[in-house]
Amino acid sequence: MVGFAAPWRRNGLVTLGTLAIILSACSGSATPTPAPSAAASVAASAAASVAPSAAPSGLGATTAGINETDKQPKAAVQAIVDFCSAQAGITIKANFVDHNTFQNQISSYLQGTPDDIVKWFAGNRLRFFAAQGLLTPIDDVWATIGANYSDAFKVASTGADGHQYFVPNINYPWVVMYRKSLFAAKGYTIPKTIAEFTALGDKMKADGLVPLALGDKDGWPAMGTFDILNMRMNGYQFHVDLMAGKEKWTDPRVKDVFTKWAELLPYFQQGSPGRIWQDAAQAALVPSAAGKFTAGMYFLGTFAAQQVPTADIEDVGFFPFPLFGNKWDTENAIDAPIDGFMLSAKPKNLPAAKAFLECAGTAASQKIYTGISSGDVATVKNADMSGYNSVQKASAEIIAGAGAIAQFLDRDARADFAGPSGMQGFLLSFLNNPSQDLGKFLSGIQAYYDSLPPQ
Amino acid sequence: MADRAARSGSTTPPAGAGGVASSRPAPKKKHYSLLTRRDTITLWVMAGIPTLLVGVFILLPTLASIVLSFTSWNGIGGLGAIKFIGLKNYSDLINVYQPFFPALEHNLIWLVFFLLIATPLGMFFAVLLDKNIRGTRIYQSALYMPVVLSLAIVGFIWQLIYAPEQGLLNNLLGRTEQGNQISWLGDPSINLWAILVAASWRQVGYVMVLYLAGLKGFDPVLREAASIDGASEVQTFFRVVFPVMRPINIVILVITVIESLRAFDLAFITNKGLNGLELLSTLVTNNIIGETSRIGFGSAIAVVLLVISVGPIIFYLFRSLKEDD
Repeated sequence: MVGFAAPWRRNGLVTLGTLAIILSACSGSATPTPAPSAAASVAASAAASVAPSAAPSGLGATTAGINETDKQPKAAVQAIVDFCSAQAGITIKANFVDHNTFQNQISSYLQGTPDDIVKWFAGNRLRFFAAQGLLTPIDDVWATIGANYSDAFKVASTGADGHQYFVPNINYPWVVMYRKSLFAAKGYTIPKTIAEFTALGDKMKADGLVPLALGDKDGWPAMGTFDILNMRMNGYQFHVDLMAGKEKWTDPRVKDVFTKWAELLPYFQQGSPGRIWQDAAQAALVPSAAGKFTAGMYFLGTFAAQQVPTADIEDVGFFPFPLFGNKWDTENAIDAPIDGFMLSAKPKNLPAAKAFLECAGTAASQKIYTGISSGDVATVKNADMSGYNSVQKASAEIIAGAGAIAQFLDRDARADFAGPSGMQGFLLSFLNNPSQDLGKFLSGIQAYYDSLPPQ
Repeated sequence: MADRAARSGSTTPPAGAGGVASSRPAPKKKHYSLLTRRDTITLWVMAGIPTLLVGVFILLPTLASIVLSFTSWNGIGGLGAIKFIGLKNYSDLINVYQPFFPALEHNLIWLVFFLLIATPLGMFFAVLLDKNIRGTRIYQSALYMPVVLSLAIVGFIWQLIYAPEQGLLNNLLGRTEQGNQISWLGDPSINLWAILVAASWRQVGYVMVLYLAGLKGFDPVLREAASIDGASEVQTFFRVVFPVMRPINIVILVITVIESLRAFDLAFITNKGLNGLELLSTLVTNNIIGETSRIGFGSAIAVVLLVISVGPIIFYLFRSLKEDD
């Protein structure tokens, strides 16, 4: 009996121990394996930081999740939160989260216990979460503020079901930026057409400058270049339909865009897949210690001007991407992504949250925001521009001069298509090897699009 | 098995029960064991809790991943939103998803590079430092320092070295100008190697410390005997030291394989594992983490990684259980 019992137990332990080794060994390699609970706990911990505010006054207290931690935008959001709290007699506790972290967690965040008010992007990235039932429609808010906005902004704020889910706060255009002093010193003039643009590029090359800086390490900056070439060559509606999957990537019109892009690539900074956008901005907008520029121009959102020391900001000029001399010239579409606010599905204090949104959709609160965040412009049509700096004035002019405004490739297309597994990877592959077989390249993109689950 | 059980049972009685057993009177029941009730409970608790934890936190998620790999789910909505789509994820992986085969290849290159270069180099440094050369402690600290840093920091340090314009390397080589600069992290034909150098920088120190610890415990008598027999340094190492160090060698081999398969941090911190740095682990992350996730598809990649990992694990278990005999 003794001789049997003891080894049995020992064997039992050996079995358990073996199991433990197998499994813990598994854990080493299977760390990235998704546990649905892991994502949920991230959301829970993000939400745990939201302490309910005390002392309701008027409509009471509400909370806001803000995807900004950079100094300027954070201060600007806090300023309108304070302003609107006082205006509407509410208390708002704003929780600031790093931009990219917020973006990566948005899905589980909205499904967990999100803040009432959430700062987010207009367009398809809004529509996706609206369609999933994770947002609250705010048609009644739009009944109040609708008159403040042009139709384009209302469309960008509307879900696939026809309801409004979003209040635009600010936007910023994608433009070609340059230093006015450099252009003056070298006698360069602003190119209006693509022919003038390449002629200027040749002149810059002769002067030892890279015509256009480019840094696509983060995967998204090249999307802006694709967008503008596509809209210049095929128009705004084609862009929208292509992003929505109504047009195919194998369409010859898309191939034309990449062919043209490959032709223009010698004017772009070399090695772009390894360069972050900040370094590209520095190359074109900030001179070296010896006063020399690496590049002459830079195509990006106006937020790139943040890289320039404040003292030099008035020396930064920009112009819309040159026209191609075709029927889309009059349309003159550009990317000008809109940021704003939306409501999570089950706000704890709906009246207070809506009161904030109504306040956010006014010229008064947007003036406060643009007064602090220097690269952004107000989205209301009756905006008070008296406090704008030169960057904001020129931005507002360019947006007003555009006949159609797109959001951006990764805001107009579905996120799983635009992300690192999709267009980010494809565009990097193109930049690395622009002479590759474009037919094969584009059918690869279309095959990837088709493999995505229906949305 | 029965034979072994009987043998080990007969050799161990009092020792296996521990000191506690002798201090208590033998139970009156006919069914008795050498373990007291308390021992039994302790053993079950000690083995049970870890088993439960492993089951809940490792086994269940692993099984869940396997099940999810046959589904389509964007992570939103309850379990009812999960759609079973059979083998579509796997066929897409092979036919449509372009980063998949490069990722497999890169994982393999990583493994071979570690096995043939980083790990032998670490062992070589360990043997050199075991000679008590002057300043050995300084060398040890210098070589071990990268191991203390998290891979995220290692990635950041090497980004400063590899940056095209401001980076140390291009400035030393004088290749910072447009046209002749080397894009160490941006050129997909070289960035994997650049990352491997950074990863090895850390791996070498890791292997060195492990191997050095083993060498310190090496019986000097064997070495003396070898030299009396007229063996050269090299012969002594390969004929005497290396074979005797077999247990350590296996640990190092397993660590090398596991480190290669779970390679993730450096590639992800450099460029999210895009553009020449695709690894299976970064593909999993890119599909699952983010704004709209493809949990089923990401799980399918994770299952591929799991299947590949099971090989070395079985090898390791086989060896380590055999050692016990």
